[in-house]
This record gives sequence, structure tokens and C-alpha cells, in this order.
Amino acid sequence: MSGGTAELLEARDLARSYMMHRGFLGRTTQVRAVDGVSLSLSRGETLGLVGESGCGKSTTARLVLGIEPPDEGAVTFDGTAMPRSGTSNWAALRRRMQMVYQDPLQALDKRLTIGAQVAEPLDIHRIGTSAERRERVAAVMAEVGLQPHHAARHPQSLSGGQRQRAVIARALVTNPDLLVCDEPISALDVSIQALVLNLLMDLQERSGMGMLFVSHDLRAVRQISHRVAVMYLGRIVEEGEPDAVLQDPAHPYAQALVSAIPHPGKTAARVILQGDPPNPANRPSGCAFHPRCPVATATCRTEVPVLKPRRSDGRRVACHVAHGEAAPARAPTMLETC
Amino acid sequence: MAFVEIENLSVAFGRSMALRGINLSVERGEAVGLVGESGCGKSVTWLAALGLLPASATVRGSVWLDGKDILGAPKARLEPVRGGRIAMIFQDPAASLNPVHRIGRQIGEALTLHRGMTGERAKAEVIRLMDQVGIPDARNRINAYPHELSGGQNQRVMIAMALAGEPELLVADEPTTALDVTIQAQILDLLTTLRRDTGMAMVLISHDLGVVSETCSRIAVMYAGRIVEEAPSGQIFSHPGHPYTRGLLGSLPPLTGPRRRLVAIPGSVPEAARMPSGCAFAPRCDLSTELCAQVDPAPLPLADDHSAACVFAKPYQRNVHPVAGEGAFARERVLQ
Repeated sequence: MSGGTAELLEARDLARSYMMHRGFLGRTTQVRAVDGVSLSLSRGETLGLVGESGCGKSTTARLVLGIEPPDEGAVTFDGTAMPRSGTSNWAALRRRMQMVYQDPLQALDKRLTIGAQVAEPLDIHRIGTSAERRERVAAVMAEVGLQPHHAARHPQSLSGGQRQRAVIARALVTNPDLLVCDEPISALDVSIQALVLNLLMDLQERSGMGMLFVSHDLRAVRQISHRVAVMYLGRIVEEGEPDAVLQDPAHPYAQALVSAIPHPGKTAARVILQGDPPNPANRPSGCAFHPRCPVATATCRTEVPVLKPRRSDGRRVACHVAHGEAAPARAPTMLETC
Repeated sequence: MAFVEIENLSVAFGRSMALRGINLSVERGEAVGLVGESGCGKSVTWLAALGLLPASATVRGSVWLDGKDILGAPKARLEPVRGGRIAMIFQDPAASLNPVHRIGRQIGEALTLHRGMTGERAKAEVIRLMDQVGIPDARNRINAYPHELSGGQNQRVMIAMALAGEPELLVADEPTTALDVTIQAQILDLLTTLRRDTGMAMVLISHDLGVVSETCSRIAVMYAGRIVEEAPSGQIFSHPGHPYTRGLLGSLPPLTGPRRRLVAIPGSVPEAARMPSGCAFAPRCDLSTELCAQVDPAPLPLADDHSAACVFAKPYQRNVHPVAGEGAFARERVLQ
């Protein structure tokens, strides 16, 4: 990922911490939700960001949109530095970067009609005359597969799939260059998930927008992404082509994540990770994954691995063992399997 | 007769038919998967069977447990069944556990209720159960509150409570849906191990065909209050007989091979109050004909232990024949 100017989105060393109250006396601790994340995205490309709850993938999504300022690092959008959130420059930029949320019912206002909500970004950014706005709303609703009569309906009277289409229509009405989707299908039924994935891919093909697709679902990520980044506890631990990462994951965490995917007719041995996902407020030393890692060495407990290309094939991975800098504690074939 | 046999079970909430004639049997020690999208009635089936629905629900049919009908049985007869012979765990463990009681006490309560254990004996058994479900450092963790444990650990506590009554059947309703993928793998592994060790039967309710296929030997696919297909796990994937099952499989993005456009199911699930006439899936089905709007198809055997409720389903095993001769009309057996 060289810092070419052609990139639509470029994020460098993003870090974001929150203060969290713990315990009865309100002792505060610092939680580093995102800890040195760099990513880039070009037009027409989809980057899938996968990881489990609390790994910082949603925070990363908010940081790249400038909704929250990073404590460290910088975001560049289409060659210019991201303005501070709340400024007029940032507001003007927001029409070019939009977001799709997980739960459409929460993302929509129950009191407003679908038509009014899809038109809202046009009203906010003062785009077009009212006749032009009506036309654009009708066009974008047709594009996402909503009927004209849905414009007069309220969110409660639509099905889950239709609601998510409305959320997508609202995001697309300003013709954004970047669409950030934060778990856009996880609240939907399986058959509806397929509709939304197909729709997002069609829309990208037509408009050439870049997409950041945040999800815990590796199947969906493979389907839609050109590249995938796996996050663990605020850091990207592996990045590469979806098929390469899915078929031959390099990082032990990515290996566990891939082998955990339930699969019809799966008989292959499964890596069962021991322990729970760690608490970001209590980040383990060295490689954050080492307490759960089946091949962790002494080095892994003390030194933080850097995300860099693997010598053999250029896969970007942050693991001492994968880079051959430390001999695995146990051979990977001896992993606990079932 | 099977250990549990649900016969023509129907549930209505006012005018909404939530279940429209469910027939399902569970043999001793067997693992059955119940798959379907939200609102198809997969949870209601077991809530109704165990008499856990509100009084406003109209429940009809029979639920045979070891040859005795327990549907609508008096409380005194149902109490030893619920949590005793048949235990149930739910999706969100945090919502099922009492937040102000220590987990040891909550598991102990189940032991007192179902096995009359108290005091030190109960405590020893609580620790044994917590060990069995893989909660580390059980001796100290009995004093923890649910909020001090992770979601996966809380689900293990729920499973320990379910095991307290030494059930012959565990009904697990979306037990891993609220959990992360790696934790889901842990819990499914645990359920499989427990079943092997205790010999209990299990019904796994899930929206995820992958989860169910790995854990269960037989799968029933539900749609709009009916079982539309039932088969051994392998056959559901190799010979899906119902267009809805094929739709569910086509909706699942593949993990290998070329990326194809997903075959999504158009439209959405019919509302329970506005069930279409004929086959409930017909409005979303690309095979549907006029016949489908008239005939509500009965399950048609396609092979040994494999049936699908679709007039177009074709037997693929030689010795299996449709119930009443050839022809779609002959197959119709309108229920009720």
C-alpha cells in the first residue's frame, strides 16, 4: 500500500482511545479501541474489514469518515486531508462519503416517510431545486429496488429488506464516492442478506464508488470485497486478497476465524480458540493475541509484531511466527482440533 | 414411537396463524436441526410444546412425550418435564440469567428444583457442572455475577443450568446467534461433546444452515409456520427438494470457487395474518404455477427419511413413490 495520490481514501496510523469508568468509585481507564490502523481504498474497490466484537472495526469506520477525530494519525480523502468534524468543509465533504448502518429500523426515523428520509441529504446539502430533488429521490429509490409508492410509507410498514434498501437509497442519493457499510446485513434474514449484497455490488459497478465493508461475516466479506483486512484488538493483523486469506490464512487468529465458519458438510478439523476475546481495557503485552494463540512464543509475549509483507508471497501479516522471527511453540498441525 | 412426537401442532395468536400443522419427531439421543428465517415459527413450536406460550395463544394438536400427550397438561404434570426431561436454552444468555444473583446460586436453584439437592451436595454438583461446560476455575467462579462473565461464559452457565435437571432432550434456541464466530465454534463443540457424553437428544434451532448441518444429523426446514422439508443433513445439501431450501442455500455466499451472483429469494415472508392461499411460498417461488395458489402441498417422500412439501419435488430414490400415485394433483393432501 504505497501512498499513491490515486487512492480515494488513505488512513495512516489511526489511533483512538476512550476513557472508560470502571468499578463503583468510577476509576477511569484508557481503552485503546483503535491502535495504529493504516488502510487505503481506491475507486471501485471494496475493502472488507473483519473481526469480532470489540476489535475496533466500527471505530475505524467512524474515524475514516471523520465523524470522530483520531487521537493520532491522519485520514486523506481524495488527496486532501480530512477536515475536522463539524466544520463546514467537513459537512461539504460528507455528501461524498456516506454510511450504511447495521439496524435499518434504528437508522431510520419512525415519524418520517421513506421519501422524506431519502431526500434528507439533498435538503441538508442544498442540492438541486425541489423538483430536481423529487426526481433524484425517485431515481435512487428505483435503483435500489423500491417501488414509487414506498416513498409515502413509514419505516414500520416496510419489511426488513425494504428498510435496508431505504437506508442504502438515502446514502446513495448524493452520489457518494465512498460508502462505508457497518455490518449492513447482520440484522437481516439470510435470504434478504443475499439481496442486499447483490444490490451493493450492482451499485458499485454502476457508480464506481469505493466501499469499506465492515462485517464479522467472512462469507459476505469474500463475496463483496477485493481486499480483506482482519482486525484483532484495535490492530490489523492480516491483509490480502479474500481468497488468499480465506484459503491460506497466515495469522493464527485469521486461521481460527476461518476455521470457525460453520460450513455445510464441513468435516475438516476445526481450530477451537481457548478463552474469550480479550478486554480492550486490559490489553495483553506484546502480541495482543498471544494468550489465546496456539503457537505463541516468548517473543510474542513481549514484542508487538509489525504488519508487514511476508517474504514468501508478500501477504501482509503481523505475526512473529508467520514471519519466521520466532519458532512456533507447537507445530501448527498440532493445534487443538475437533 | 419416538421419544418426542409433535403431531399436527398449530398455534394462533388471534387471527394470526403462527404454526399451521407441525409434525416432527425426535428420537432418543438424536440431534435435529430446525432452520428457518425470523417469524417462521421455529421457536414457537417448542414454546407451545412445553406450554410456555401466553394464554392468549390458541394451541391445537398433540405433543407426545414417551407416548403421553403433554400438550395442555396440568401444571403438576408439566413441571417435571420443563427443565427436567426437556430443557431449553435461549439466544441471549444475559437476558435469561438473573443479574443480581451469583451464577452458582442460579445453577444450584435448578438442582434443588429438579433433583432435590441442597447445601454442600448441591455446591459440589454445581462445580462439577461448571467444569463439565468448560468454565475455568469453577470453584471461584460460582461467586461471580453474570455481568462479570463474557457472553460465551454466560451461555455456558445457561447450558450448565439446563444440564442440572439431567434432561433427555435439550432444546437450544439460537444458542450462538449473539456470540462471536470463534465463541460460537466453542459452544457448538461443547454441545456436541455433551451430547456424546450424556446421550441426551438435542433440537438446535437456528437461522444458519451451516451451524445446523455440522451439529445435527437431521434437519427440518420451516417456512411460514410449516415444515417444508425434512431430511438427513447431507441430503438437504445434496438433494434440496423444496424451492425455499434451494433459495436458502443459494443465498449463502460460497467460501470457495468462483464468485457467483447470489441467488436471492425475492419478496419477503408473508405476514401470519395474511397467509396466501395454497402454498405459502408460492408468491416468492420461481416455479409457482396456478396450481400452487390453490393447493397447499403435503410432505412428499423423496427418499428414505426425506420429504418436501412441494408439488414439483421429485423422488430421487428408486424405491420411494409418492403417497398416492403419480401427478401433482394426486399428491395433494390438504391439511385440515
